[in-house]
Amino acid sequence: MNTLIFRTAAPFLTALMLLFSIFVLLRGHNEPGGGFIGGLIAASAFAIYAIAFGVQHVRRAMVFHPMSIAGAGLQLSVLSGFVSAPLGYPFMTGVWVYPTLFGVEVPLATVISFDIGVYLVVVGTFTSIALALEERDDG
Amino acid sequence: MLVMPGDLTLIAMLLPFAGAVLAPWLTARMGHNAAWPLALIPVFAFVHFAGFLPEIAAGEVITGGYVWVPSLALSFSWFIDGLSLTFALLITGIGTLIVLYAGGYMKGHPQQGRFTAYILLFMGAMLGLVISDSFLMLFIFWELTSITSFLLIGFDHRREASRRSALQALVVTGGGGLALLAGLIFLWNMTGVTQLSLLVNAGDVVRASPFYLAALFLVLGGAFTKSAQFPFHFWLPNAMEAPTPVSAFLHSATMVKAGVYLLMRLNPAMGGTLAWEILLPFFGGVTLLVGGILAIRQTDLKLMLAYTTVASLGLLVMLTGFDTPHAVEAAVLYLVAHSLFKGALFMVAGLIDHEAGTRDVTRLGGLRKAMPVTFIAAIFAAISMAGLPPFFGFLAKEEIYYALAGASPRAVFFTAVAIIGNALMFAIAFAVALKPFLGAEVKTPKHAHEGPVLLWLGPLTLAALGLLAAVFSPLAHQFVSTPMATAVAGEATPITISLIPHIGVPLALSLLTILVGIGVYRSLDRLRGMVDELLLGIGTGPDRWFDGFISGLVHVSYGLTRVVQSGRLQFYITATFVILAVTLLVPLFAYDELPALPGWPAEISFYELAFFAIAVIGIVTVVMAKDRLTAIVSLGIQGFAVAVLFLLFGAPDLSFTQFMVETLSVVILALVMTRLKLSVTDHRPFVPTILHGALALACGLGFMLLLMRATQGAFDPALSIFFNTYSKIIAHGANVVNVIIVDYRGVDTMGEIAVVMITGLAILALIRIRVAPRLQPEAPLVPAGPPVAREGVDQPALAEAAMASPAKSKSGARKSK
Repeated sequence: MNTLIFRTAAPFLTALMLLFSIFVLLRGHNEPGGGFIGGLIAASAFAIYAIAFGVQHVRRAMVFHPMSIAGAGLQLSVLSGFVSAPLGYPFMTGVWVYPTLFGVEVPLATVISFDIGVYLVVVGTFTSIALALEERDDG
Repeated sequence: MLVMPGDLTLIAMLLPFAGAVLAPWLTARMGHNAAWPLALIPVFAFVHFAGFLPEIAAGEVITGGYVWVPSLALSFSWFIDGLSLTFALLITGIGTLIVLYAGGYMKGHPQQGRFTAYILLFMGAMLGLVISDSFLMLFIFWELTSITSFLLIGFDHRREASRRSALQALVVTGGGGLALLAGLIFLWNMTGVTQLSLLVNAGDVVRASPFYLAALFLVLGGAFTKSAQFPFHFWLPNAMEAPTPVSAFLHSATMVKAGVYLLMRLNPAMGGTLAWEILLPFFGGVTLLVGGILAIRQTDLKLMLAYTTVASLGLLVMLTGFDTPHAVEAAVLYLVAHSLFKGALFMVAGLIDHEAGTRDVTRLGGLRKAMPVTFIAAIFAAISMAGLPPFFGFLAKEEIYYALAGASPRAVFFTAVAIIGNALMFAIAFAVALKPFLGAEVKTPKHAHEGPVLLWLGPLTLAALGLLAAVFSPLAHQFVSTPMATAVAGEATPITISLIPHIGVPLALSLLTILVGIGVYRSLDRLRGMVDELLLGIGTGPDRWFDGFISGLVHVSYGLTRVVQSGRLQFYITATFVILAVTLLVPLFAYDELPALPGWPAEISFYELAFFAIAVIGIVTVVMAKDRLTAIVSLGIQGFAVAVLFLLFGAPDLSFTQFMVETLSVVILALVMTRLKLSVTDHRPFVPTILHGALALACGLGFMLLLMRATQGAFDPALSIFFNTYSKIIAHGANVVNVIIVDYRGVDTMGEIAVVMITGLAILALIRIRVAPRLQPEAPLVPAGPPVAREGVDQPALAEAAMASPAKSKSGARKSK
């Protein structure tokens, strides 16, 4: 797989896929998509990059260990569930706010941060499995 | 706020457990003197329970408790009548003395705190057991006594014998506990009650039930193992490996009587039947004789006492099952007497061991001058054990003969058994209490002198109580014996026996017992040799059987493990799929739930057909493929085709996910393949190919039929209508699938992503395990020489290794900086 075409195309593919994964994540509430699918797309993107340039490049680009990312995602999801507690709603009740940013009303919700948590867990877990499998014997 | 008496009972029950937590801390600060404050815990409980004496004597019962699991009719409740109260007083009263005694006995032991904690834990368990009302509570405390006694017997865990005895006691009594649980469940189903206090009134239902015998056997399994009845008697003498305070407490006064307690408790409900009256006296009688004969053989003071405990328990069981009005009274009196004298004698044995350095009766003598207080306690206790006046044991023995004496052949037989057993115990009592003290002074390993107050307080108190209880017998009967006998018999049973002897058959039997006892005592050494020879002649026994049972168990489980856990992945996967196919197909055929064959759809568009064809081609290619990579990729093609079909039939979310999962699984499968160093092609002989193919077809067929059957059922659109209507309104989302995932079923999803992450961690760990050993030899970063294709190493892996090497050398350079 060490072909010139693949190595040339891989960075663009990866960038596009990552962007698309975030798009899929954010639109998930109204259109097909969501955290799980977005996470899978992002993990595929990292896998492609790793096949083209090696695991070390991906690790350096990700900065954090993928499993740490997954852990942070799980925490984010759980914490999102607790936001409703001070307001007197049961655990995991969605809380919505509608701030206006740059003249556009943006609906924000704990549901979305929960979904972002799902996204991070999926990205982290699948990427770390793929990277660990791909990594040769240098551990 | 006023504390209710019920709550105080709960506190008395829980305090020993709190004390167990406190004990190590307190002992670390106060040393062995921590025994004084810790003894306040059982004192408090004793005083609390003693406060119930007037009410119980007046014929009342005390109940209390809390609702636990109302849906299962489970409660945390207690029930105190004469039987429970006597036991509770024995446990807390003797417990107080034992805590003090343990303080002196274990003085300077580095683990003294732990020891006292175990003793208190055990006390709590035993106390809970005797005042439990609900079946479940009874069972929990029952097993808790097994576990805590395991800890106590195995206290000296560095010794092999200690560990073996602890394990043996746990296996025997814990196993019996399981039988008891089953028995209690039977009783529950037979009567519909879960409380002992109610069970007593349901005796007719129990005895008339067709399951009576099954329940009886199971309950007896629990009671006989706990109370060391033949053939389960062997664990109790082995338990003498425990430090002496433990033996004094567990194995004479309380734990082993748990079985007797249970039999007495169930007597009104299960007793009075033919089975009860045959089984109990028979096993009890055999145990009495076996225990007595084996006791003769011993020279170790503790073992002599242990075997007489076995004998005494046999006597108690025999009496409990013997159907005469006096038998219950005799059992009650003997139980109290035994607790007092056996506790005292065990403590005496420990004292002698502690001060003289040995417990071997043949190496002791002439201690009466060095240890006068101990001598007095020993003599008092021994007289009670021998059944001589003016001690409580005498009353008990007289009552036994009142109960047994009769004209029927059965009564004559058991009277003879009782006389032999009592005579043997008479001899042992004086062998323990006289031989070490009388005669010429013998040089002992330690220079003997009187022990500290912590040590002799207990035995002296118990021995004196044996005297006082007999002298003030009307009082003892009014408050203790009569209420207890009433509870055991299930009807008013006043006890009136006093120290004044009545001329009659019982007195004659007593005199006969004493005569035989004196004879045995005088010829003890000769008898010991005879018993030894007899046992050598038999050459086997329950103790050996236990070892055989355990090693057999280990062999069977080893063999079973080798079959079930072969360690071959292929076997596991095959087994999984065979079970899957069977569970899918068998119910469909067995219950005739096969789906109706669907008709061919009237309209099927060209592209739908095309993707269906691609899927079929993909799956056929998987089967036909010569090498693994082709198979993996073909599987991906099939998956993509199915994903497109999902898209066409209106499930974009599902199809989207399927696309990504298929992509990743192809990538990961390919990577796994390189990791496992499989050969490129899959060499599979013809027969396995056919078998695996058949299995795959069976699984596929099963799923197909199941799904078709499921979709042919009536479709209830309530949920889809609900979600379609309210998703936008409640959860502000138009994508119903995602709204369900992140909003309606958010907690589910949270659990699922936690599972995903944990699975990821597990897979990482697995990969690391494979990597680690290969790291050991310092391999060169770039393989020397060109990669050569070998059998067992696939090409892509080598190619990739070569490809990845620049990155490696870079990182290596970075590390070296």
